[in-house]
Amino acid sequence: MFKRSLVILLAGVASMWLLACGGGKEEDSLDEESAPATSTASKGAAAPAPAAAAAPAVGGATLTGKVAFEGTAPKNETIKMEADAYCKAAHSSPVYTQETELNSNGTLKDVFVYVKEGVTGSYPAPTTPVVLDQQGCQYHPHIFGIQVGQPLKIVNSDGTLHNIHALPKQNTEFNIGQPFKGMETLKKFDKPEVPLRFKCDVHKWMGAYCGVLPHPFFAVTNDQGTFEIKNLPPGTYVIEAWQEKYGPQTQTVTISGNESKTVDFSFKG
Amino acid sequence: MKPRPSRTRRWLAAGLWLAAAAAFPAAASALPVWMKLPEGVSTYSGRVDGLFYLILWITGVIFVIVELLLLLFLFRYRHREGRRAHYTHGSNRLEVVWTIVPAVICVVLALLSRSTWADIKQHLPKDAVQIEITAEQFAWNIRYAGPDNKFDTADDVLSLNQLHFPVGKPVVVMLHSKDVIHSFFLPEFRVKQDAVPGLSTRIWFEGTRTGHWEIACAELCGLGHYRMKGFVTVETPEEFGKWLTDQAAQAAAEAAPAAAQAAPAAVPQPAPAANQEAHS
Amino acid sequence: MSTVAVAHELPPGVHPAPTSFWRKYIFSLDHKVIGKQYMFYALFMLVIGGLLATLVRYQLAWPGRPLAFMGKLAPEGMPGGQMLPEFYNSLFTMHATIMIFFAIMPILIGAFGNFVVPIQIGARDMAFPTLNMLSFWTAVPAAVIIIWSFFVTGGAAQGGWTSYAPLSAILPKGQTLWLLSLTVLGISSLLTSVNFITTIINMRAPGMTFFRLPLTVWALFITAILLLLALPVLTGAMIMLLFDRVLGTTFFLPKGLVVSGQPWANAGGGQALLWQHLFWFFGHPEVYIMILPAMGITSEILPVFSRKPIFGYRAMAYSIMGIAGLGFIVWGHHMFMSGMNPYLGTTFMISTMVIAVPSAIKVFNWLGTLWGGNIRFTTPMLHALSFVSMFVIGGLSGIFMASTPVDIFIHDTYFIVGHIHYVLFGGSLFGAFAGLYYWYPKMFGRLMSERWGRIHWVITFTTFNLVFFPMHFLGMRGMQRRIYDYSQYTHLKGLQPLNQFMTISLFVLGIAQVILVFNFFLSMRRGKVAGANPWHANTLEWQTSSPPPHENFVGAVPSVYRGPYEYSAPDRAEDYWPQNEPSGTAGAHAH
Repeated sequence: MFKRSLVILLAGVASMWLLACGGGKEEDSLDEESAPATSTASKGAAAPAPAAAAAPAVGGATLTGKVAFEGTAPKNETIKMEADAYCKAAHSSPVYTQETELNSNGTLKDVFVYVKEGVTGSYPAPTTPVVLDQQGCQYHPHIFGIQVGQPLKIVNSDGTLHNIHALPKQNTEFNIGQPFKGMETLKKFDKPEVPLRFKCDVHKWMGAYCGVLPHPFFAVTNDQGTFEIKNLPPGTYVIEAWQEKYGPQTQTVTISGNESKTVDFSFKG
Repeated sequence: MKPRPSRTRRWLAAGLWLAAAAAFPAAASALPVWMKLPEGVSTYSGRVDGLFYLILWITGVIFVIVELLLLLFLFRYRHREGRRAHYTHGSNRLEVVWTIVPAVICVVLALLSRSTWADIKQHLPKDAVQIEITAEQFAWNIRYAGPDNKFDTADDVLSLNQLHFPVGKPVVVMLHSKDVIHSFFLPEFRVKQDAVPGLSTRIWFEGTRTGHWEIACAELCGLGHYRMKGFVTVETPEEFGKWLTDQAAQAAAEAAPAAAQAAPAAVPQPAPAANQEAHS
Repeated sequence: MSTVAVAHELPPGVHPAPTSFWRKYIFSLDHKVIGKQYMFYALFMLVIGGLLATLVRYQLAWPGRPLAFMGKLAPEGMPGGQMLPEFYNSLFTMHATIMIFFAIMPILIGAFGNFVVPIQIGARDMAFPTLNMLSFWTAVPAAVIIIWSFFVTGGAAQGGWTSYAPLSAILPKGQTLWLLSLTVLGISSLLTSVNFITTIINMRAPGMTFFRLPLTVWALFITAILLLLALPVLTGAMIMLLFDRVLGTTFFLPKGLVVSGQPWANAGGGQALLWQHLFWFFGHPEVYIMILPAMGITSEILPVFSRKPIFGYRAMAYSIMGIAGLGFIVWGHHMFMSGMNPYLGTTFMISTMVIAVPSAIKVFNWLGTLWGGNIRFTTPMLHALSFVSMFVIGGLSGIFMASTPVDIFIHDTYFIVGHIHYVLFGGSLFGAFAGLYYWYPKMFGRLMSERWGRIHWVITFTTFNLVFFPMHFLGMRGMQRRIYDYSQYTHLKGLQPLNQFMTISLFVLGIAQVILVFNFFLSMRRGKVAGANPWHANTLEWQTSSPPPHENFVGAVPSVYRGPYEYSAPDRAEDYWPQNEPSGTAGAHAH
């Protein structure tokens, strides 16, 4: 009698745990995200090429270029800052969304340019964090790149609640509230992904994008519309320029030696 | 046969009753701020508060009587040497009395509440200002029909967390939610209604004075629930008209270049089309 | 110690007491041991639930002030000791869940129900001892899962104890574990309720008619029926929600859901309000599941220490049944503002007003019991009296929200939080404390210290009111429940001093419980030896040794000759009259 009930009990408990593990299957993959960088680095390296024990190849070539814009840029919307009194007070003049940022010289700012294909070898993630600042109810920077496994430091410089909601397709989603000024959160991504969107649900105009890459060959165009990617080793590369509204464009470029090459892009409005 | 009370005596009794009913709210005004209901600024806030204070008055009296009796019995019948308890199993007459009295009080309260509830939640006023509010984590999307008086057209006026409406005019709000359940709460107007995804709920209210207040979310909706806050501006009909015109003009100005350009990609509107119309 | 010798003394059909450690203390089939196991389980979870509440109140008193040690204990939820809003949401969710399902229910039903019911009805054990053991050991993994959920990514459940869909369908993983844990616990409670019903119907001693049952047994009998009828609805709803979360069904997810600006993948066809209907169809009887046993305990203790029969025994039994019956048609009063048809609101308002009546009957009968008594203020009595006076507040404050127009304002405010705590702490928990002090000598053979019991009571009773009464004021100012930082709102800005006062009172309340813990454990060895019947009570559990033998009654089970509350009967020297004492024996001159 007693033995039988014990067996029933153990079977019951065991099946519960099975159920629990089934339900929490994704937990395991989530936990890896916060695992030490060693495991994520090896995981990241597996993505571009199965190069056995490849030392990080650093070359001397430099890739520069300019992203032009043709046509009439659509007008960015005025942000309804009055939705939060704090945000409203942080700006004395109207603030616009940053979907298309047209420079005065007819070029586009905040275009993410990166080497999409052709990089071999593995590149360890830098330990210096990329900083994503929330200030005046806007993200600074609006577009940025980060390496797989590199820390991302999310800072709230506003005296109002921001929730930083990452909406990745490959990586793990997170959603963290930062209710007070000066709060910081460190996060990492363990898979390459371009673009990866960030959003604040409290201030829904707030959006930022980042490119997560397994190598350091990426740049964002400045207020002259230019970019520069340094230290490329020789090889043939597919270069992609990604713009928030107009999407990606690609070009192929072959680099030998320490030459400097120019790749220009042009988006049509 | 009891003689029927004279008319004067009945009036006197009614007057006393009214004075007593008014006494509590009056006495309440002397209380510190956190012991009072906030100022009521809608046409029905007085009725809601009246019921609140009526119930407070009734339950307060019952509370005092019951607790005093309890203390009295505890003192009067405390253990003493040589005392023996009174041996009784109860009284059917008393059981009947204290079944019927609370039942009558409760049913009367229910009947008194019924008409107020019906006026607030079951009937919508005609000729009201129409506003559509779609809640989402963690903001209130507020939509006015704009110059053409039709919703879901290009000239709709959209506002984020800023609710304006005119004083002295009934307002009908059509509530929706995009994601989870929120609750549209205007404390000073005694307005509360959940915004449920998949449902359209209409509520109404009417402001009695101009001023600035806040919209609170009263139903847990996630990490930003505590500050899913909006702003209410009640203004004169003229001011409200002007505000609405200004907003419409501003929206039109923003839409204009894109229209002139005739680009294939229209100006993205901040998610207006997600209103579910699954009426239940 | 020869087993054979013991077996000889045992009445026919009774198994000898187990001798191995495992079967005696861990996987015991003895209802008394299982009752004690439930008690330790519940008290442990009570401590956890209380600590969570302390953190919640800390945040409300000093929003955002860092708490250095918590930065180390919970680095995810409180980085640098500063609480995150999502962690706050977890705290109140888990506080309520743990208190309701893992503390109040196990201590009232699991501990007192198991320990007291079989002895009070004159049975040797529950009807299904093995099932009883399984019930407890199913409740254990449920507790393990719910505590484990604190440590998964994204933290524990954040959807409130009501877990309203669709929010509960889109929250992080902790919510899945919450559902799983409560489903498992639901199975445990269901097994217990079946066991109670069978035991009470079939295993009463000779002469123990239904209207000679002690009111504790009546209360637990009706509670078990409520559990049996209400709980499967919750379990079903939770399995549906679990499927919505992990298998892609859409029971509670209407079409067109857009979460964080992106269409939600599995949405369509479901109804968000369905969850609320199912949840509250269980949830309202649940409130009575938690209060009825405490009412039974109070009805048990008041006559003993007033030395007087309970006033209106049958009215008490019928009002328990009335509450149980009406409890199934009032669930909609939780949903007045939910978007449910307002005509239904009126219906539910009327049924809710009517359910106040049986509770009022009980209060008046308790007063009637005290009237003309010979009242002794022992610790169990002090707690039972606290139950009566606090339940009056909890009951009367319920009338406010029963009135639909008033509910427009106070729904989902702290007024509700105040109400529920007057019912569950002022009511259920004081009832549990009363039962603890009352049956402790029967459980452990020694009395708890009266002096420390009184000190514990004075502080608990005072600070309880200082913590929870002001909640009504917060609600009257319109402070919503479940908000992390009320200072965001203009109309709530002035409430910080009051909140700080409440929090400091809670600290004192919490510290006072240390007295109880010490009294509980120290009295096991140092308490005054109780003897069989230290309170001079009539019911059967006091007519056997303390603690009772494995088979509860040495020799034959007792025969019952009268009702349970024959105190101070005239023409008797003694002021009590045990249920199993035949009429006309020494000292009795009954007619």
